[in-house]
Amino acid sequence: MKFLIALVALIAPVAAYAANDVALTSAVFVEKSVPQADGKTRLVLEEPRVVVPGDKLVFVLAYRNQGAKPATDFVVTNPMPGAVAFQGSPDAGAIVSVDGGRSWGTLAALKVRKADGSVRSAYPEDVTHVRWAMKSPIPVGAAGKLSFRGVVR
Amino acid sequence: MRMSSSWSILNVTLGRIAPLVVASATIMFAQPAKAVGTAAGTTISNTATATYTDPGGNPVNVPSNQVNIRVDEILNVTVVSADPGDVAATPGSTNQVLSFNVTNTGNGSEAFRLAPINAIGGDAFDPTTTSLVIDTNGNGVYDAGVDTVYNAGSNDPVLAPDTSVKIFVLSTIPAGATDGQRGQTDLTATAVTGSGTPGTVFAGQGAGGGDAVVGATTAAGRDKGFYVVSAATVSFAKSATVLDQFGGTKAVPGATITYTLVATVSGSGSLANLAAGDPIPANTTYVPGSITSQAAPITDATDADTGEFAANRVTVRFGTVAGGQTRTVTFKVRIN
Repeated sequence: MKFLIALVALIAPVAAYAANDVALTSAVFVEKSVPQADGKTRLVLEEPRVVVPGDKLVFVLAYRNQGAKPATDFVVTNPMPGAVAFQGSPDAGAIVSVDGGRSWGTLAALKVRKADGSVRSAYPEDVTHVRWAMKSPIPVGAAGKLSFRGVVR
Repeated sequence: MRMSSSWSILNVTLGRIAPLVVASATIMFAQPAKAVGTAAGTTISNTATATYTDPGGNPVNVPSNQVNIRVDEILNVTVVSADPGDVAATPGSTNQVLSFNVTNTGNGSEAFRLAPINAIGGDAFDPTTTSLVIDTNGNGVYDAGVDTVYNAGSNDPVLAPDTSVKIFVLSTIPAGATDGQRGQTDLTATAVTGSGTPGTVFAGQGAGGGDAVVGATTAAGRDKGFYVVSAATVSFAKSATVLDQFGGTKAVPGATITYTLVATVSGSGSLANLAAGDPIPANTTYVPGSITSQAAPITDATDADTGEFAANRVTVRFGTVAGGQTRTVTFKVRIN
């Protein structure tokens, strides 16, 4: 607890300096298909209680401008955890990198150089980073959610 | 804990792609892609970073909280017969070997309980399995006295993910089994942590410290093995032709009788040390040097060749003869 207080003390001056404070939180859910009484199955997102290879994960990033000024050039970057293969993002503006963050674009536009020197189209599992870059500044008090899907390798 | 919620992703205005910015989070595990998936106990760690420019023109970097998820153990196993076909065995034989490969197709190190199943419908006889043997030296061949005999619960083989072990099933074939009959013996392998309906969770019992979850294989594998009885039987046929000293075929004193013995081996197996022996009939005398085996002459002496005339008896040895073959012996006697 002492350590925590010391940490807060360290951070506090910085936070005070950064007048427009944006909070970013990350959450991960597991997509499970749950059999229903009528025989159909329903997809639900659960807390990741038990996770095994092949499970589908949904990563949700929530941001909120809780400061006093708008935030411009707002960009959120999420490196893919190594054990998770990218499965797409429902956000139209999401871009990805397949080379560790050096180059960016839509998945369809990216290429991967194979061991023999030839080039192929990038696959979802090649994705190393996901990124969202906002066109407009985030107004004071505004909040939003970004998400992408992955599967445990 | 079991929070079900259906998320709707809020609309976010996106557009101009801004190049720049730092990606600061580190990837904790670069897991090599394996056939069985990420190893149990691996931590999936996720952190995102937001960057923006404040009104003073200063870049600001905001990391998110870090979410850590431990990958649990999935319990999967396969058993596959390693024999190219039915294993031939003779009735009453012991230690007849069936081979199976047991593979851990889960993502954690796991011990497997092994068991044979002999009482299976649809086959002609039930082999009696006397022991299971682990291919300890990994050469794929049963080595009596070298490979380790399996004892359930004491040396259950522990397999790393994606690895296999060969198991030998040693059985006795019933003495009453007849040629061509098949007897089935299966081998089962079951994860020691637990098995059952896919999705069953064994809390806290997974490799790497997490839970263990039964996978699609039900964490139990089974495959069939077959013995086929390969036996052979022999039948002897004896015939005689008479040639008298006058050029006729009368059985008179002085006439010569040529005996022909035909040994016919039938069945899918073979007979070892097959021999034919025939005493010289009373009131006749053996004609010296008259033995043939497969139309080739055999000396009368008890020597290195395959037959002799001794103690007033003709004997010819054929060695091992496979089913479907015949052996023919002839010899002559003269009527006293």
